Amino acid sequence: MANLTLKAVHKTYGNHSVIKGVDLEIKDREFVVFVGPSGCGKSTLLRMIAGLEEITSGDLILDGQRVNDVAPAGRGLAMVFQSYALYPHMTVAENMAFSLKLARVPQEERDAKVKAAAGVLQLDHLLDRKPGQLSGGQRQRVAIGRAIVRQPKVFLFDEPLSNLDAALRVQMRIELARLHEQLDATMVYVTHDQVEAMTLASKIVVLRGGVVEQVGSPLELYHHPRNLFVAGFIGSPTMNTIPVTGRGVGEDGVTVGVGQGAVTVPVRGSDALTGQALTGQALTLGVRPEHLTLDDAGPVRGEVSVVERLGGQTFLYVQTAEAGLLVVEADGETAVDLHETVGLSLRADACHLFNADGLALDRLNRHALLDRKAGRGSRAR
Amino acid sequence: MRLKLDTHAALSVTGWLAAGLLFFPIAWMLLTSVKTEIEAVATTPSLIFTPTLENYVAVQERADYLKFALNSVVVSFGSTLLALALAVPAAYGMAFFPTKRTRGTLLWMLSTKMMPPVGALVPVTLVFRDLGLIDTLAGLVVVYALINLPIVVWMLYTFFREIPREILEAGRMDGATPLDELRFLLLPLALPGMASTGLLAVILTWNEAFWSLNLTAAHAGPLTAFIASFSAPEGLFWAKLSAASTMAVAPILVFGWLSQRQLVRGLTFGAVK
Repeated sequence: MANLTLKAVHKTYGNHSVIKGVDLEIKDREFVVFVGPSGCGKSTLLRMIAGLEEITSGDLILDGQRVNDVAPAGRGLAMVFQSYALYPHMTVAENMAFSLKLARVPQEERDAKVKAAAGVLQLDHLLDRKPGQLSGGQRQRVAIGRAIVRQPKVFLFDEPLSNLDAALRVQMRIELARLHEQLDATMVYVTHDQVEAMTLASKIVVLRGGVVEQVGSPLELYHHPRNLFVAGFIGSPTMNTIPVTGRGVGEDGVTVGVGQGAVTVPVRGSDALTGQALTGQALTLGVRPEHLTLDDAGPVRGEVSVVERLGGQTFLYVQTAEAGLLVVEADGETAVDLHETVGLSLRADACHLFNADGLALDRLNRHALLDRKAGRGSRAR
Repeated sequence: MRLKLDTHAALSVTGWLAAGLLFFPIAWMLLTSVKTEIEAVATTPSLIFTPTLENYVAVQERADYLKFALNSVVVSFGSTLLALALAVPAAYGMAFFPTKRTRGTLLWMLSTKMMPPVGALVPVTLVFRDLGLIDTLAGLVVVYALINLPIVVWMLYTFFREIPREILEAGRMDGATPLDELRFLLLPLALPGMASTGLLAVILTWNEAFWSLNLTAAHAGPLTAFIASFSAPEGLFWAKLSAASTMAVAPILVFGWLSQRQLVRGLTFGAVK
């Protein structure tokens, strides 16, 4: 069992504030991913949980106990570093057994535990090698093995896949997901890669400038981003944003003018922006590339300036007069040429609206997938 | 491509020229040491002559080579060990627990190497006289350890800095105390660095002449004093001087040759990696 709670956690270096008050609840067996642009404080936050970085103020509570002042090893956590940080002068087996050796675990028990972990990670045949003789992916597995052997309360990962090449990264990502299920462990994972975050997490924490922007399941963040930053950070390619003007509020949402037409987005006007007040207001319409379709009758027209053909999909970068550059996800079979003029229509029910402060207007309905019992819990179980 | 080949050739030629230039005095010394005294001073030096070992015999008759050599070994290795013992904790502290004055301290230590040694000759001699250290091996060991200390600290500092912090952090996550860290992680990882630092200190000490000439006489003199004793008042005997010099530099040359890889690695560490 491992429940981790952060209460108003701050970190400052001199006058420079890095973490500006983070409150977070990490439940047993959750796979929590910290994402954010570089410098957002995600690694610092992880290192504070690990005990490698002092907590300036606030409480870190592990299973009901405040552990701010407990040494790293005493917290019962294990960490996998970005650079793997293997001990280069020890064999794989010695690397994995080091924590047990320090804890004066008898040799036989050590060997058994190392063997078990090596079995899980398919490292059996490498136990006598030194880290220098291993490939990047193997080193990564040894680093994970070193963590598993300790049977920690929580696994901490600091951008563990960023040093691997693209193909290996995908493979290790799948392995990590499997491992999480197999070990039934609580994991906290830092990455700047939103694909890793979306695929691995049961809960994503989006950080910016030392502040939590939003916490939620991957689909919740995708369908209900709280603000423009989260909307732009989750999803690939990034959500298109179009400056629009409010035209009115009705039963089925807020209507805004886009290009030659108008769309009604199923959101509520927030308190300050209800009814009449919303009409004529400057808003931002967010629409993901996958929710734009080529449609000659569509309200927005523009010239195709770049075509990226990925085979199965095609991304079109369309320069429009009213909405700037829009990215459109189209079918791989789409026969569109460079510099062709195309019309675009928007899937109104999938659009988002943000007020002048960049905050999302509440949606009328929650997304259907989010309330499916199995959908949410399948990974965390 | 052609240009690249030419550059390569030019670099090779330059390299060989530089190496030849550096090796020339040693080669000349070797040649002179197997000539007779008359051939040695001939104004048109001959390259074809009958080699003789008589100079070596003469040198050994006049001075006890083995005694000087043993002194050199004791002083070189003794002072290196002492310097390492002092420098390891110093470099460890500065590398892993730096303060805002660490950089300044390091530079200050290095700056002591910029002072001409003769500036400290009188005070050191007086202190040595009062402590009864003149012409003792212990005295030389202390002086050389102190002379090499700045370089040894600098090199060790660089080596310790090269050890990724994350490895030590991983150790801490695994439950290592600071002492465990030093024993299981730092020392084993820094061992190659310590070895090349030690090698350099040994070589520097072996070749040092200023202090050995000024602080020793018959008893504790190392090989540098041995050579100097052949540029004696009776006039210069080039062949014998060359023979003595050859005998003095031979051990360290062989030693350096054998430890070449280690040494180059040590001296270029950080720059190449």
